[in-house]
Amino acid sequence: MSRYAAYLPVNVITGFLGSGKTTLLKRLLESPDMAETAVLINEFGEVGLDHHLLEQVDENIVMLKSGCLCCTIREDLATSMRDLWERRAAGEFGFKRLVVETTGLADPAPIIYTLMSDPVIRYHFRLGNIITTVDAVNGLSQLDRQPESLKQAAVADRLVLTKTDITDESTSELRARLRNVNPAAPVFLAQEKLTATKLLTNDLYDPKAKSKEVAHWINAEAFSDTPHHHHDRNRHDTNIHSFCLTFDQPIDWTTFGIWLTMLLQAHGENVLRVKGLLDVRGMTGPVAIHGVQHVVHPPVHLKRWPGDDRRSLIVFIVRGLEQEAIEASLAAFNALANNRSAAV
Amino acid sequence: MCGLCGILGAGEHWTDSDNALKQRAGAETRRRERAHQVALTNRVLKHFGLELSDWHGSSFVLSNRTGASEVIDHFAALWPAAEKMIKRPCDPLDPKVLEALGT
Repeated sequence: MSRYAAYLPVNVITGFLGSGKTTLLKRLLESPDMAETAVLINEFGEVGLDHHLLEQVDENIVMLKSGCLCCTIREDLATSMRDLWERRAAGEFGFKRLVVETTGLADPAPIIYTLMSDPVIRYHFRLGNIITTVDAVNGLSQLDRQPESLKQAAVADRLVLTKTDITDESTSELRARLRNVNPAAPVFLAQEKLTATKLLTNDLYDPKAKSKEVAHWINAEAFSDTPHHHHDRNRHDTNIHSFCLTFDQPIDWTTFGIWLTMLLQAHGENVLRVKGLLDVRGMTGPVAIHGVQHVVHPPVHLKRWPGDDRRSLIVFIVRGLEQEAIEASLAAFNALANNRSAAV
Repeated sequence: MCGLCGILGAGEHWTDSDNALKQRAGAETRRRERAHQVALTNRVLKHFGLELSDWHGSSFVLSNRTGASEVIDHFAALWPAAEKMIKRPCDPLDPKVLEALGT
């Protein structure tokens, strides 16, 4: 396992305004599993309500000064994380995990950018996962009308439906929308007995859980959007959709790297999420890759395939990009390596 | 350092994953792997009138047909540098790019 796996995991809890992020966080923090967890919350507006709700863990809370993580205070996040690390190194307090709660209007992508790009942070912290809360009462309307809400759902690794106890309406339509936007993320109910282990600790870099994690991605194929399926032109997310590509032939790693870096340079803003399990030529087990917009995390090599299917599988969640174009492009690049191999 | 260098992880690019390289080490040396990377990249860059060359196994040099060149510290910096040099996007979804790959 690479040293990346040994870095401190960072869990990002996001979700639209009033969707129950803090309530969820508060519940998780009551769990003994969370004893060695530091928390960064983001005060938004004049009243730091989130802070008051989380006063039980104030020793580990560092309030961020500005209003929104996504664009204006990324440096604040980096400064806070560096400060936490220094305090940990000085023995002031120990923690093995960091949870960052965003504002309801935050775009999670710049937080991930900060994790991967800050020269200090990137060698001490890594992304654990992104948990997005979705309000069962207002969720559908927020997904329709609030681009921030949709983006938060699209980049999630875990979706948590909240307020299901105060609505009599079925959540089936909301679940269908979420599956359409993000087929690879399992959906939990906040009412369930949600433990820190269930939500936070099982991620791709956890040796015990990575196979289970990629199994979610494989299941995504079943839910994945078929071309033009589920599209409703009246919705704001008309152009956001997911699809799953499969490839029967092994993929050349070098060519894939050239292709994906080129794709993300040109279209990263519109590749909201990419997750894949690749049959890489010359390797015995699959390689898992995942990224959020321009950020690609270190790939993880698995010893064995989760099932009998050995085909490469890549789940894309994109905005305004056509499945056919991406599929044709990757196939053309992969053929480049095949042609070269044949010529040699 | 340009934005994308940071985004894609300057110094240790995800395409240079140690896991990936270790797995392949038995079949191809690092030098051959790098040569493979340069050769394949040049098949793509040809369409844009650019060429990449390895520079002592530690960085790359990107050149155009007029002789302008730029040292690329790591692979992550390639596409931003290429776009800067040709003053337009290098789009892998562009049908003209794909057509050129097949020739």
